[in-house]
Amino acid sequence: MTTGAAIELSHVTKVYRRFSGKQFATLKSALLQRSILRDLQPKETFLALDDVSFTVPKGSTFGVIGRNGSGKSTALKVIAGITKPTGGSVAVQGRISALIELGAGFHPEISGRENVFINGIMLGLTKREIHERFDEIVEFAELKDFIDAPVKTYSSGMYMRLGFAVAIHVNPDVLLVDEVLAVGDEGFTHKCLDKFSEFKRRGKTILLVTHSLGLVERFCDDAVWLDHGQKLAEGDPKRVIGAYLINVESAEEGYLAETDARAQEEVAVVEAPPAAPDAGADAAGPDSGPQNMFQANEGRWGSGGVAITGVTLRDAAGEAGHVFQSGEAMTVELALKAERPCDDFVFGIAMFNTDGTCVYGTNTDIEKYDADELSGEAAVRFVIEALDLVEGTYKLDVAVHKKDGAPYDYHRLLYTFRVKSRTKDAGLYRPRHHWEFSPTARLTRTDE
Amino acid sequence: MWHNLAQLVRYRGLIQSLVARELKARYRGSVLGYFWSFVNPLLLLGIYTFVFSTIMKNSEPRTEPYAVFMFCGILPWTWFASSMLEASNSLIAGGNLIKKVLFPAEVLPIVSVLANMVHFFFGLPILFGFMIARGHLPHFPGVLWFPVIVLVQLVFTVACVLVLSALTVHFRDLRDLLANLITLWFFATPIIYPYFLDGVKNYIGYFKWNPMYHLIVPYQESLFFDTFGHARSLLILGGASVVFFLAAYWLFDRLRDSFAEVV
Repeated sequence: MTTGAAIELSHVTKVYRRFSGKQFATLKSALLQRSILRDLQPKETFLALDDVSFTVPKGSTFGVIGRNGSGKSTALKVIAGITKPTGGSVAVQGRISALIELGAGFHPEISGRENVFINGIMLGLTKREIHERFDEIVEFAELKDFIDAPVKTYSSGMYMRLGFAVAIHVNPDVLLVDEVLAVGDEGFTHKCLDKFSEFKRRGKTILLVTHSLGLVERFCDDAVWLDHGQKLAEGDPKRVIGAYLINVESAEEGYLAETDARAQEEVAVVEAPPAAPDAGADAAGPDSGPQNMFQANEGRWGSGGVAITGVTLRDAAGEAGHVFQSGEAMTVELALKAERPCDDFVFGIAMFNTDGTCVYGTNTDIEKYDADELSGEAAVRFVIEALDLVEGTYKLDVAVHKKDGAPYDYHRLLYTFRVKSRTKDAGLYRPRHHWEFSPTARLTRTDE
Repeated sequence: MWHNLAQLVRYRGLIQSLVARELKARYRGSVLGYFWSFVNPLLLLGIYTFVFSTIMKNSEPRTEPYAVFMFCGILPWTWFASSMLEASNSLIAGGNLIKKVLFPAEVLPIVSVLANMVHFFFGLPILFGFMIARGHLPHFPGVLWFPVIVLVQLVFTVACVLVLSALTVHFRDLRDLLANLITLWFFATPIIYPYFLDGVKNYIGYFKWNPMYHLIVPYQESLFFDTFGHARSLLILGGASVVFFLAAYWLFDRLRDSFAEVV
């Protein structure tokens, strides 16, 4: 049952032709210039798959992951035979069913029952086969009461469910699934997954294109990672997902660095930090001051005198970056410059999540550091031994201000970092913890 | 190409159910339902009778009763014209199928032709009923040609829609162009006037190039007139249509891969 290949792609290249501007070209001009045949030739090309080879063994479940636009769906279409590869070859053994767009052939005016028949025929079933499976299909779709109503009256969930039910009852040898598990409610998703498991047990081959890495990790025997039409990794799902995540992180890193640079550039333009007259008023009430400040948008203000010239986030190894693993160390490094020596200064820092909730805030005054002297260039490091935050994006406030709160230089939400975690727990803060169970409550960890 | 043509035969079940769906969907939700397929030609026939027997009296005795004569040409013409108009849009309308399902695209324009052929057949009982009512029955040997004419028209129309639908995917303005062209074509074909008028005879050199001339005139001869004199040109058109069909299918097959990307 597990010998031989169910799907074999060898050196598959798919070039999409962009008929640029041609959509709007008129027949007249084509006729006048005698260019009909020439116009049917492509002008620009787009390489959707670039020399991709992989083999899906019979009876295995195979995951395809990758970012949007990486060629996953094109690969699926090529395997399904909907489009032909420009180069290379595809070999598929056995009946194939593609869950690409559910209910693609439904006609809105006619009943669900009639649509099941026509859709089934489109997918390659005979009338008799559909008759035999009809009740099963309807039951699976949970549409018993609505099967004789026209499909146009269905909700989108019902529509998808019926499409899924028909496609899965084609009883294929090879099932291609493109991100369709998002249909229906939780219960239906479980049913779909059960159906996949059943397929797996019966030794059928499943090719799964999805963004749900958890699903790939749990279900797939093998995985391939596509990026910009190229195969970057293939093999054990855990390893492939790991490689993919590192890549996503570095892309995010680049994106965050860019955002930060832009935010800082923007405030640099409106620099000239005016000694906001109400900054002093804010400082009058130490409670109301920060609260108002927390409502402010990102920006930079203060009286000058002491300036924060640079903020760097570093990981445990001292590498500057924007993406950190939950639970690991992180250091916020401030570079400062005092125009003249001063003895009234407080360094402050605060972290916010994307909702604007302050996750943590502190300053040297609160923590009982008394200011003695600051002169010339200085460096301040805020060392977090363990960044016990849940996954998410966070922003930083950093400031240097007088003891009474009047800011020298306040950087509001100008620095962004992302915390990554393999555990999808909820909330803001992850206390260091572990679980303990009495011997009568037995559990097994699945991730190690 | 031959392989795909052979596949087409395998898809006859699909074509059959799609034609049935097309017919069902058309009248779904209307009170009279299928009955409209009969009512439409009946009403049309009523109007023609009234106009051409009361308001604009026909002066050509050989085309009497005129409403029957005209109906003999209008029915097959409607089949042809509606097929062309619907099929030109069929690939674009069925884009979802072409892009997302492994689906033989040529089925879509062919279904348009066949669905309209069924409508054509629905119109025939009305025509025959009217013939009986007016006491003008088709003569015997000529009427035997009728199935042959239908067959030739079927092959010819399918060939036309294959070319048309494939090109419309790339040149959307064909749809609008076609609507006007069909009107012109209608008047360039002896449907509302008989082929033996002097006006036609003087320009017969041009008329001979109109393939619909070689279909509509045999229809009229087979159903209305007493003699069937255009058998030869009909058979030539039949032969040409087969060649045309193969060429059209070849073109369609060549453009097939572009559909999923352009539609």
